[in-house]
Amino acid sequence: MPNQLALKVSELDAHYKDFQALWNVSFEVKKGEMVSIIGANGSGKSTLLNSIAGLLEPSRGSIEFFGERIDGLLPHETVPRGIALVPEGRRVFPRLSVYENLVMGSYTPKKRAKKDEMLTKIYELFPILKARRPQMANTLSGGEQQMLAIGRAMMSEPRLILCDEISLGLAPVVIKDIYKRLRQINQEGITIVLVEQDIKRSLKVANRAYIMLEGKVVLEGDPSALTEEQVKNAYFGIQPV
Amino acid sequence: MQDLLQPILNGILLGGLYAVIALGMNTMFGIVKLVNLAHGDLMILSSYLSLIFITWLGLNPFWSLLAIVPVMFIVGFLIQGFLLNRVLGKEMEPPLLVAFGLSIILQNTLLLVFTPDARSLMTDLSVKTIPLGSSLNLPVLYFVDFLLGCAVILTLHLFFKKTYLGRAIRASSDDEVGARLMGINTRNIYAYAMGIAMMTAAVAGVLVGMTFTFYPHTGPQYLIIAFGVMIIGGLGSMAGCLVGGIILAEAQLLGAHFTGPGYQLLCGYLVLLIVLGIRPQGIFGRA
Repeated sequence: MPNQLALKVSELDAHYKDFQALWNVSFEVKKGEMVSIIGANGSGKSTLLNSIAGLLEPSRGSIEFFGERIDGLLPHETVPRGIALVPEGRRVFPRLSVYENLVMGSYTPKKRAKKDEMLTKIYELFPILKARRPQMANTLSGGEQQMLAIGRAMMSEPRLILCDEISLGLAPVVIKDIYKRLRQINQEGITIVLVEQDIKRSLKVANRAYIMLEGKVVLEGDPSALTEEQVKNAYFGIQPV
Repeated sequence: MQDLLQPILNGILLGGLYAVIALGMNTMFGIVKLVNLAHGDLMILSSYLSLIFITWLGLNPFWSLLAIVPVMFIVGFLIQGFLLNRVLGKEMEPPLLVAFGLSIILQNTLLLVFTPDARSLMTDLSVKTIPLGSSLNLPVLYFVDFLLGCAVILTLHLFFKKTYLGRAIRASSDDEVGARLMGINTRNIYAYAMGIAMMTAAVAGVLVGMTFTFYPHTGPQYLIIAFGVMIIGGLGSMAGCLVGGIILAEAQLLGAHFTGPGYQLLCGYLVLLIVLGIRPQGIFGRA
């Protein structure tokens, strides 16, 4: 079904105790799209992804994934439905080998049967992971760890991958390489939501972009249609004169 | 030299038993960062459960393992799932207090039910020895303790390395949020881990019951041994358990050999202090 909605977030509020991190956030992602969410530090991007993945329970609003309400579900309920989050800081398991890290990606019972098939696929996408197979994850370089984090997320055969700041702390050449693989993944039909501080790169790859400021969506649109001025103003919260 | 061989041999064999005593506690510390102060008492609970089993059915204590190991898994799963999980993740003290409370309840319940009399799990192995030379004998029960201890450690090692559940337990210990994002229900995982730790405690309880006498208040005595083994071997390390067990047992038995049985415990703790001084993280521990 073309233009089918993969993700629909409506009027979402989220709190960390007394602090409200999201204010009435609404956004949509169509199946097969690559959507960027851009914003400065503390604008609520990660909170939004965490709410979708189930790490944080939203206090108001709804999240629909392919038509099914998933707000309030926990990660062990969202993962089997096809949502994978590549978290900020990668969060690979440092004392597990690369192979074991990947295998953990197919932890949920239904995915275990397809473990070998997925491993072959991921080794094709990231050949370095095959070479590093027996190594402990904490011996990998930052870029390799990021590839491992993406590969591990892929192991659950997701329909939607949420990527949180995947370029943080990596060399430009590595970032370029990782983005190339992400596009490959996206071309296979997997929907991707990218959260980034790097405005230029994320606008370049995305089909659509949302810009967040202080927990609210302040601008959305087709990256090619947004002017640099518009994006800058939204990002920094400058009121157009 | 000749007369040293016997205490050295006994020390190695006893080390295997000490290792399995500490194994469950070390596993829980390594994974959940939980200091289970009731570990010794839960182990002694297994000794008493075995006693009931062999008194009813008149079987060898080894057979009781078939029933007690699964029962203790359930006990561990429920303790973690319904009690300790509620206080996890806040601070270090609440789980410590809950475990301490559990220890007191267990000791007094055992006292109420079984009276303070000393008991033991009788087996004909306890008097058997195999002569290895003119002045060296292999005490069969100690040898069985050692072999079973090693078997439990090896099994647990393979479980953690090769199974989905074992890897998920390690993953949750490495990075809880990361593990949750894999679809792992970490609260459940901790309950499984405690269940598995209690399975090792069940084996330890039956072996201790066969090798020594026990009564309702014996638990803390083994808790201290478990602490000693963990500190010498390294917190959270399984190989460390075996090495720590052997070092502590050797220190006690050789100490007793040279200075008299009254100094057995003191010698064990002296070695513990020396290890703490030289390598505070333990022999296999990570700094």
